[in-house]
Amino acid sequence: MEMPKPKEDLLARKPQIIARLREVLPADAVIDDPSETRAYECDALSAYRCQPLGVVLPRSTAEVAAALKACHELGVPVVPRGAGTSLAGGSMPQADSVVLGLARMNAVLETDYPNRFIRVEAGRTNLSVTGAVESDGWFYAPDPSSQLACAISGNIAMNSGGAHCLKYGVTTNNLLGVTLVTMEGEVVEVGGPYLDAGGLDLLGLICGSEGQLGVVTEATLKILPKPEGARPVLIGFNSNEVAGACVADIIKAGILPVAIEFMDRPCIVATEAFCHAGYPDCEALLIVECEGSEAEIDEQIGMIRQIATRHEPVEFREAQSADEAARIWLGRKSAFGAMGQINDYMCLDGTIPVSELPFVLRRIGELSKEYGLDVANVFHAGDGNMHPLILYNANKPGDQELCEKLGAEILKLCVEAGGCLTGEHGVGIEKRDLMDVQFEPADLEAQMRVKDVFDPKWLLNPAKVFPLGASASRRAS
Amino acid sequence: MRVENEAQLAEAVRDAGGALAVRGGGTRPVGRCLGEPLEVGISGITLYEPGALTLVVGAGTPLAEVEAAIAAEGQRLPFEPSNWGSVLGAPGTSTVGGVVAANVSGPRRVQAGACRDSLIGTRFVDGRGQIVKNGGRVMKNVTGYDLVKLMAGSWGTLGVMSEVAFKLLPAAPSQATVVIDLPAGAAQVALAAALGSPFDVSGAGWLPGIGAVVRVEGLAESVAYRAERLRKLMAPFGPVRIEEDGSAAIWASLRDLEPFIGKDGDLWRLSVKPSEASEIVARLGGEVLLDWGGGLIWALLPEGSDARALAAPYTGHATCMRGAAGVTFEPEPASIATLTTALRAQFDPKGILNPGRMG
Ligand SMILES: Cc1cc2nc3c(=O)[nH]c(=O)nc-3n(C[C@H](O)[C@H](O)[C@H](O)COP(=O)(O)OP(=O)(O)OC[C@H]3O[C@@H](n4cnc5c(N)ncnc54)[C@H](O)[C@@H]3O)c2cc1C
Ligand SMILES: Cc1cc2nc3c(=O)[nH]c(=O)nc-3n(C[C@H](O)[C@H](O)[C@H](O)COP(=O)(O)OP(=O)(O)OC[C@H]3O[C@@H](n4cnc5c(N)ncnc54)[C@H](O)[C@@H]3O)c2cc1C
Repeated sequence: MEMPKPKEDLLARKPQIIARLREVLPADAVIDDPSETRAYECDALSAYRCQPLGVVLPRSTAEVAAALKACHELGVPVVPRGAGTSLAGGSMPQADSVVLGLARMNAVLETDYPNRFIRVEAGRTNLSVTGAVESDGWFYAPDPSSQLACAISGNIAMNSGGAHCLKYGVTTNNLLGVTLVTMEGEVVEVGGPYLDAGGLDLLGLICGSEGQLGVVTEATLKILPKPEGARPVLIGFNSNEVAGACVADIIKAGILPVAIEFMDRPCIVATEAFCHAGYPDCEALLIVECEGSEAEIDEQIGMIRQIATRHEPVEFREAQSADEAARIWLGRKSAFGAMGQINDYMCLDGTIPVSELPFVLRRIGELSKEYGLDVANVFHAGDGNMHPLILYNANKPGDQELCEKLGAEILKLCVEAGGCLTGEHGVGIEKRDLMDVQFEPADLEAQMRVKDVFDPKWLLNPAKVFPLGASASRRAS
Repeated sequence: MRVENEAQLAEAVRDAGGALAVRGGGTRPVGRCLGEPLEVGISGITLYEPGALTLVVGAGTPLAEVEAAIAAEGQRLPFEPSNWGSVLGAPGTSTVGGVVAANVSGPRRVQAGACRDSLIGTRFVDGRGQIVKNGGRVMKNVTGYDLVKLMAGSWGTLGVMSEVAFKLLPAAPSQATVVIDLPAGAAQVALAAALGSPFDVSGAGWLPGIGAVVRVEGLAESVAYRAERLRKLMAPFGPVRIEEDGSAAIWASLRDLEPFIGKDGDLWRLSVKPSEASEIVARLGGEVLLDWGGGLIWALLPEGSDARALAAPYTGHATCMRGAAGVTFEPEPASIATLTTALRAQFDPKGILNPGRMG
């Protein structure tokens, strides 16, 4: 993975830069000892690492503003960081940059049930947002699998989603407002606890901008009352195609489950060996979750059973108890860990139109044979967000490169099928150089012009999202 | 000038000698409309996949045509777009491009989100005459910046859309409305209780002559169950009844502001923090409608009224939809206005797209 050459003068000025940051921030908010900054050298895409010049860990919006202002004056790139769980290298530093971490900013500022929102500092973890309102019967809907660790700030920057976003949408659909600090250190309030703000939808622009437009320090999030209950069913099939067809039929029938998850045989086999969830022996399985009162769930599952029956499932298993429900989810939730136990793997993240599922799965199978690398599939089928896992041997010379090549082929396939390069993990450094597969130069130019507005000097997370060639002149200036 | 395809549109913008007034149906001149009319006649459904809940359509396609096509497959636009043609005395053909450009959303916004939440892709021509695409036709997409959201509600000031893509929802086979007889000033607390319940409320408003209304939609048995539970929950707030057959008509009336049709006065729209609604309504006087659990207030005020001054203080934003003063949008805070102005300058450096439209 190519990164821009660090600017020599910045590396040489490290002591002055750190000294300046210590002037404007409390002493313990600035770290520059390499043994301590090591913890920030990568995110969850750990194959790529780089030590930053330093790390700042502010405790307030004012401190974030002070840090950014100083870095702006000194021309130092800044890499915002939530919890560092990005799978796209979004929070990986560059050698001449300062990492700005939000981890210390995790307070709940306001909970307001009559107006159905919660306001939090942006470093708060996703799951603990729900934790703050759960006992009163509320929840925050977006639920990335990393929710125990990842921060709201990272969720906003990546527009994260999860298993339940088929019904509840992704982060952008659940975000009401943010406090944003621009690279120049200016604090801007965008949106708030009301539904339509006037003017251009800056909030929609900031969400998903991968830490390149400003640093989000506070967020006003929509919260929802918890449904009365939820129940999953597990449906096994003899082929991927039939499982895919069943997904489309469920959606067409007018039922909107909260989640439809898909696993193929390699994935089923691996998770069974790992956590013994008791999944059936089949080519593909779906986990469909329905919500509401007992009676409502019965009604929905009745319809799903009818539809599934037409596709001659190997098994149709409806959870009869909380314990059985947990077992149905167990394998799905352990899938990534299970694959990691048996093999090194690379997790892709592309989206395709649901109608193309059978074609894309078949083609992935062919490519897997061509490259001689196994691919396991587990994904959010309701919205076509695929996570092909390419298995490889990190210790075998050449395997990683082969794996990356196959990964790129699969993502191109997603785009050709009418989909996109990333459905939830983001572009970061990982897919930066594939962007022109999906976009024409004019499309990328329009996006980069937005960055020109928010961050004219291109100091915020500058080496991400756009192909290095496309952004070179802007980063140089 | 009328353009029928994207190439013509790009050429028209590139060759423009001065300001262009971008029009869809051309029936809704909101704010100032300066310049030569540019009518977007790019029409027709390009792709519709009911099994994937997705639709791609030319921006100049009449909204009614889109709604009919998807209704035939038992689906709908989740955000329930309004038609204010009658109340504004400008009936005509709304286009999907116009609806997107104005980010028009109806009562279901509280549950399903705004127009921008259903919008998953767009192609547009920017002020330089460049064709730009963003988003696509899949529901989940985080590839690059989300210019799709930015285009929604941009009133044609950043680019002229040629194509838009939506995520759809299955239409609910059944609905019911719980009606609570109480005055506007008392409605918000009841509506908040309904929206805070686990019964998946898809509309919460107040209309004169009817009272507070709470809608549930879905499969028949489930609707009956939830309506009944809500009836019990609402009982402490006033006399309650369940409306089944008349439910759809109530929501069409609220959505399209029927109680105001044919009445004089200035029409204001306030998007506020819901809990402030009761006090704002009291301060405004005049006739009101409430939607979005009190978060959206429609007020019909005597000619020349400034709802902003009357309603203050409030957390949110007010728009004059029809008024003598000729003002439309509320001015933005300086920090936001700086960003907005700079964005417009990037997308439309010559300042030819709907100058003056957004203030
Ligand atoms: C096991 C595992 C499972 C995962 N499952 C999912 C999933 O189901 N769905 C999903 O969407 N993602 C998933 N992810 C990816 C990741 O968790 C998400 O992208 C998450 O939103 C990142 O949050 P973070 O706080 O860790 O962000 P970081 O990794 O710290 O940063 C991510 C990006 O956000 C930017 N950023 C962080 N804080 C700020 C801020 N304050 N202001 C501006 N920009 C900021 C960074 O610069 C970077 O570009 C998974 C990751 C792992 C490791
Ligand atoms: C403040 C406000 C005022 C409103 N006033 C009215 C009204 O008077 N009557 C009414 O029925 N509805 C009104 N609406 C709702 C909404 O504007 C219309 O329902 C819808 O826009 C009508 O579609 P149209 O095709 O006729 O739009 P038009 O009247 O043609 O255009 C509406 C806006 O959208 C822009 N636009 C249209 N097509 C495109 C395109 N392809 N690309 C980019 N921009 C485009 C126009 O430049 C204009 O700014 C209003 C909404 C708000 C919030």
